[in-house]
Amino acid sequence: MTKNNSNSKNPLHGLWALTNRDLKKWYKNPIILLLGIIQPIIWMSLLGKAMNLGSMFTSFSPTLPSTIPQPIQEQIIQAMSDLSKQAMLSIFGTADYFSYMAVGMMSFVVMFTAMFSGMSMVFDRRLGFLNKVLSTPVARGSILMAKIFSAVIRALFQATIVLGIAYVIGPLSVSAGFSILNLLGVYAALFLISMGLSSIFILIAIRSTRQETQMAVVNLLNLPLMFASNALFPASLMPDWLQTITKINPVTYATDATRQLILYTVDMHQLAIDFLFLGAFAVIFSTIGIVLSWRYLSK
Amino acid sequence: MLNDALVVEGLTKVFNNNLVAVDHVSFTVKEGEIFGFLGPNGAGKTTTINMFITVLKPTEGRATVCGFDIAKQSSEVRNCLGVVPQEYTADEDLTGLENILLCADLYGIPREISEKRATELLELVELTKFKDKQVATYSGGMRRRLELACGLINRPHVFFLDEPTLGLDVQTRAATWNYIKLLKKEYGMTIFMTTHYLEEADMLCDRIAIIDYGKIIIMGTPNDLKEGLGGDIMTVSIQDSKADISDLIKKVPKVKEVKKQDGAYRIKVVDGEETAPIIIDAVRAEGHKVTRLALTKPTLDEVYLEYTGKSIREEEESREGFRAQRIAMRRARGERTRGGP
Repeated sequence: MTKNNSNSKNPLHGLWALTNRDLKKWYKNPIILLLGIIQPIIWMSLLGKAMNLGSMFTSFSPTLPSTIPQPIQEQIIQAMSDLSKQAMLSIFGTADYFSYMAVGMMSFVVMFTAMFSGMSMVFDRRLGFLNKVLSTPVARGSILMAKIFSAVIRALFQATIVLGIAYVIGPLSVSAGFSILNLLGVYAALFLISMGLSSIFILIAIRSTRQETQMAVVNLLNLPLMFASNALFPASLMPDWLQTITKINPVTYATDATRQLILYTVDMHQLAIDFLFLGAFAVIFSTIGIVLSWRYLSK
Repeated sequence: MLNDALVVEGLTKVFNNNLVAVDHVSFTVKEGEIFGFLGPNGAGKTTTINMFITVLKPTEGRATVCGFDIAKQSSEVRNCLGVVPQEYTADEDLTGLENILLCADLYGIPREISEKRATELLELVELTKFKDKQVATYSGGMRRRLELACGLINRPHVFFLDEPTLGLDVQTRAATWNYIKLLKKEYGMTIFMTTHYLEEADMLCDRIAIIDYGKIIIMGTPNDLKEGLGGDIMTVSIQDSKADISDLIKKVPKVKEVKKQDGAYRIKVVDGEETAPIIIDAVRAEGHKVTRLALTKPTLDEVYLEYTGKSIREEEESREGFRAQRIAMRRARGERTRGGP
């Protein structure tokens, strides 16, 4: 009957226990894990190989009139091929659409995992688990952060799978200056965006007891977030109004940062802007989450 | 510590839709006491518990648990209480042991202590054999016992039990009663429980409050409440069916009420055991021959009926139906979680 048996513990106790609880549901379930690996393969095959935008330019071989002498014909074909490469480079920043898309796909799986993070909050409330946690001295902010971190860890794992698959089924045209530092930068960018996005979706779920509402919100937002960004297609070719949306869409910044770090020669100025935006996005929404969890987790 | 474990003053909860779930409730639970909250569905029992365990914020009034204010010192309150909620809250995907250790982590109990306590508690609730099995495979009784173990991991000062035996079979219910008695005896734990099983309240609780529509209607020891009804019921029949001895019986001290029903006399009487012989003597002195005699103690059923106007039996039926529905819903949700993305 020691009354104050837990006075000296640190304020973050329980954070890892709760995070690990959510992760256990995931890594102990081989089917979910397997589906999580298969899903990006399907997406990459469909978008990167079937809908290969790059091949529109590169596989184009014109039949020239036979009156043109052979050497000139060869020169023309060569010139056209060069032109299409240039077109690819100027539009996509790389001559290879698969690489362009594969890196965008990393942001996409991160976004997708983060969007579903609110669901487990709804289930915890419905099944009474949340009430039990709320009756323990664990900090309210920790309850929320545990959900965010478990989503972030899952998202980063998925992104790693995508990168691995892209590398294997590739070819992934990695830039010449690519180093371990770039890779850390990639993870930092993905960490920030998954933290910001999962904060938003957990915030939506903070008082909710209906998983239908969550599903509706996810369905409403996933396509706009994905396509109103540069994840699959460059924003520069979009109409102005859509470009405005891409500029406030965090997916754009995460994708730009990861592309720069993996595929392009790094533009330090642009990269700094990307990280500034992503950092602010993650900090603002997770802070709002923690503040609101004090007020709104208990009814 | 001789403080009162639970002091409640004018506690009120009004939900957003203006539903007054708990209406100016005041009472005190002494250290080491088992206090029972009895009432029909929707009377406000669970809402009251949820305020004590700081899951709900009171709209008005105050309460202290172990001397800490539930609104202002919620973190201290949480440290000193344990709770077994009405629902099964254990995580189905984890094992029993993992669930207990998770609870321990939530209280910030260091692993070396929590592992020792978990072993003891699993032994107490007889789940040692199943500790490494997923909770999804547990039966209802096992899950209830696991909840009990989880609630005890922080060695709480005040233990809140919300319908601890709801939907359990007879043996498991009896076993749960034994655990509750053991907790009081071994640890002197203060226990606040809600129940709608009257025999349970009668047997376990030192004091009972009957609550309906958010208000405490009556409070006292089970015996006080039963005696408050006006005493025991004595039934007497005499050979001469034409004679009326009602007035004669009414003259005996401690007789409250006499009714002639189907040729027998139904007598409400205080201290039945002592008064009965006096009544018999009085009847015999007038030359009547007593042919039949019965003395029944009032049960809490009658108390409950008297104060809530509802029979516990109708209650129980609707309750079981509600529970079955809940379980079906949970199953459905469980399937969806596992199949989902």
